[in-house]
Amino acid sequence: MVNSIEVKDLTLNFGSVSVLKNMNLDVAEGEFVVLLGPSGCGKSTLLNCLAGLLDITDGQIWIKGKNVTWSEPSERGIGMVFQSYALYPQMTVRGNLSFGLKNAKVPQAEIDKRIARAAEILQIQPLLDRKPAALSGGQRQRVAIGRALVRDVDVFLFDEPLSNLDAKLRSELRVEIKRLHNQLGNTMVYVTHDQIEALTLADRIAVMKGGVIQQLAAPLEIYNRPSNLFVAGFLGSPSMNFLKGRTVDGGKAFQFGSTKIDLAGYEGGAVLERDDAILGVRPEHITVSTTPVSGPSIPAEVEIDEHLGADSLLWLKAEGANMSVRVPVEGRLPAGTKVHLGLDIPKASLFDAKTEQRI
Amino acid sequence: MADVGMTAMTGPRGAKPRKTLSGRNIMLYGTLLVVCVYYLLPLWVMVMTSLKGMPEVRIGNIFAPPVEVTFQPWVKAWAEACTGLNCDGLSRGFWNSVLITVPSVIVSIAIASVNGYALINWKFKGSDVFFTILIFGSFIPYQIMLYPIVILLREMGIYGTLWGLIIVHTIFGMPILTLLFRNYFSAIPEELFKAARVDGAGFWGIYFRIMLPMSLPIFVVALILQVTGIWNDFLFGVVFTKPDLYPMTVQLNNIVNSVQGVKEYNVNMAATVLTGLVPLIVYFVSGKLFVRGIAAGAVKG
Repeated sequence: MVNSIEVKDLTLNFGSVSVLKNMNLDVAEGEFVVLLGPSGCGKSTLLNCLAGLLDITDGQIWIKGKNVTWSEPSERGIGMVFQSYALYPQMTVRGNLSFGLKNAKVPQAEIDKRIARAAEILQIQPLLDRKPAALSGGQRQRVAIGRALVRDVDVFLFDEPLSNLDAKLRSELRVEIKRLHNQLGNTMVYVTHDQIEALTLADRIAVMKGGVIQQLAAPLEIYNRPSNLFVAGFLGSPSMNFLKGRTVDGGKAFQFGSTKIDLAGYEGGAVLERDDAILGVRPEHITVSTTPVSGPSIPAEVEIDEHLGADSLLWLKAEGANMSVRVPVEGRLPAGTKVHLGLDIPKASLFDAKTEQRI
Repeated sequence: MADVGMTAMTGPRGAKPRKTLSGRNIMLYGTLLVVCVYYLLPLWVMVMTSLKGMPEVRIGNIFAPPVEVTFQPWVKAWAEACTGLNCDGLSRGFWNSVLITVPSVIVSIAIASVNGYALINWKFKGSDVFFTILIFGSFIPYQIMLYPIVILLREMGIYGTLWGLIIVHTIFGMPILTLLFRNYFSAIPEELFKAARVDGAGFWGIYFRIMLPMSLPIFVVALILQVTGIWNDFLFGVVFTKPDLYPMTVQLNNIVNSVQGVKEYNVNMAATVLTGLVPLIVYFVSGKLFVRGIAAGAVKG
């Protein structure tokens, strides 16, 4: 099967600043790929390159088996949705939807047909004759999605489409975009800095930093087996606990302060003995017990206990390091309580502190 | 009523009453009044003098309203006053000015708006350098360029024609107008431009169908700047045209400064008011839009 989007050795420099470095990315047909990263990581830039709104320095971009590296945005078979909606303020919703089609000299009957279909899918029929100024944020973003929809293209590009909406609308439209994807089956590339959006929407997530894709994998794979320290720390809230120590006993155990943690069951490569290692454990993969448990455990003391509604967060001090643990509401403990922490080693990640790569 | 008063909260409520004759208000409105009188007085003198006959002007009380109102000075200023051999008053200059101003304003605004649009949205290699040079041009005193331009126009064969002057006005309007439009367009979200490109609109499509409809205020500002600037221009008019084609300002000067016979102050005043009428009307009609557009164009840049 031919890939919907293929990015080959894409490089982009602004003057002497290198924004995207030798990037390769294949997106399968019908796939939903999310580009995730902190601001300035190049994710929006990459999307603009795909759309043809930025001229790249080197490399190739293929869409639907066609080399579009030098094609105009309108010739690439893409539709794009922007953060600020970017609706033409002087045109009605209908005018906004038909603008691109008129430029492409689509016959009026066909335009009407496509607008009717898009309006039905997005439920914006009553808004067609209004101006964008008379719409709410959520309605505007629907119209913006509609503008991509009527173009009848294979690839949708989303540039942080939900960032300007309030929390409630954001989750509503998020579900709607997912539903749209299931219904239409288009290839979608979606830029966001919101990890919830990324984890819920994506078939695959590309975590980016400094113009380089750090890891490209399915959401759960990224969450459970992050390929390096950055990815591990970027996803998850609160972020993963990083225990600094070293591996001993030929890689069979992890020495953290005075505690020796057995690494039996760790899913990764050959651990070997390393002087600088970091053991990453997510807050929900730690168990708290007030009585000593069998086997090795880390002694710790509760500092703060935060109530989150559905569950609680305990902030603890263990071997001089700060740690957070997610516990059920009934597992809350007052500050000052001495506890023992048990780690779920099969779900933990071990990193080389020097290369920052997963072992 | 007494019962209600008992249960309701006592003491003052609602807006705080303000004294109209407070010291602050007297200072404020007093100052405004003085400033108004200061600026209106010359206009008053001009209009009053222009409505008097010469005998009354000679009495010399310039602030007094006319005893006997006459419109003869206005008629003379417009249609009969002599400059050199021409004795058809300011009317000739008026039509010359119209013929100069209308094309200059249209052409300069058309080019400058496209310039500003291209400089913001279609950046090309060296576009920033181009813009810097253009802006630098507005700092060079006009006098330096007068003679070179005379030679240039002579070589082009349009020295002394209206078209020569129109070209000069268009070029000299370019720096400030381009700056104005560039700054205004830079405030229009870039995503709008990107969306239009994805929608397949080209350079002119985006300019005419997206940018233009959103930019009415700045076009009004440019219109006012250019109409008043070009209408009031004296230097270029006198240097680049011939007596037959002198704009109104130059002709006004010639009428007022003609040394033959009696100084007809009433005619001079009428001629001056007539000349200033066009910019005045433009300001009155579009004052509000002007301020709004100036603010919009000035914030970013």
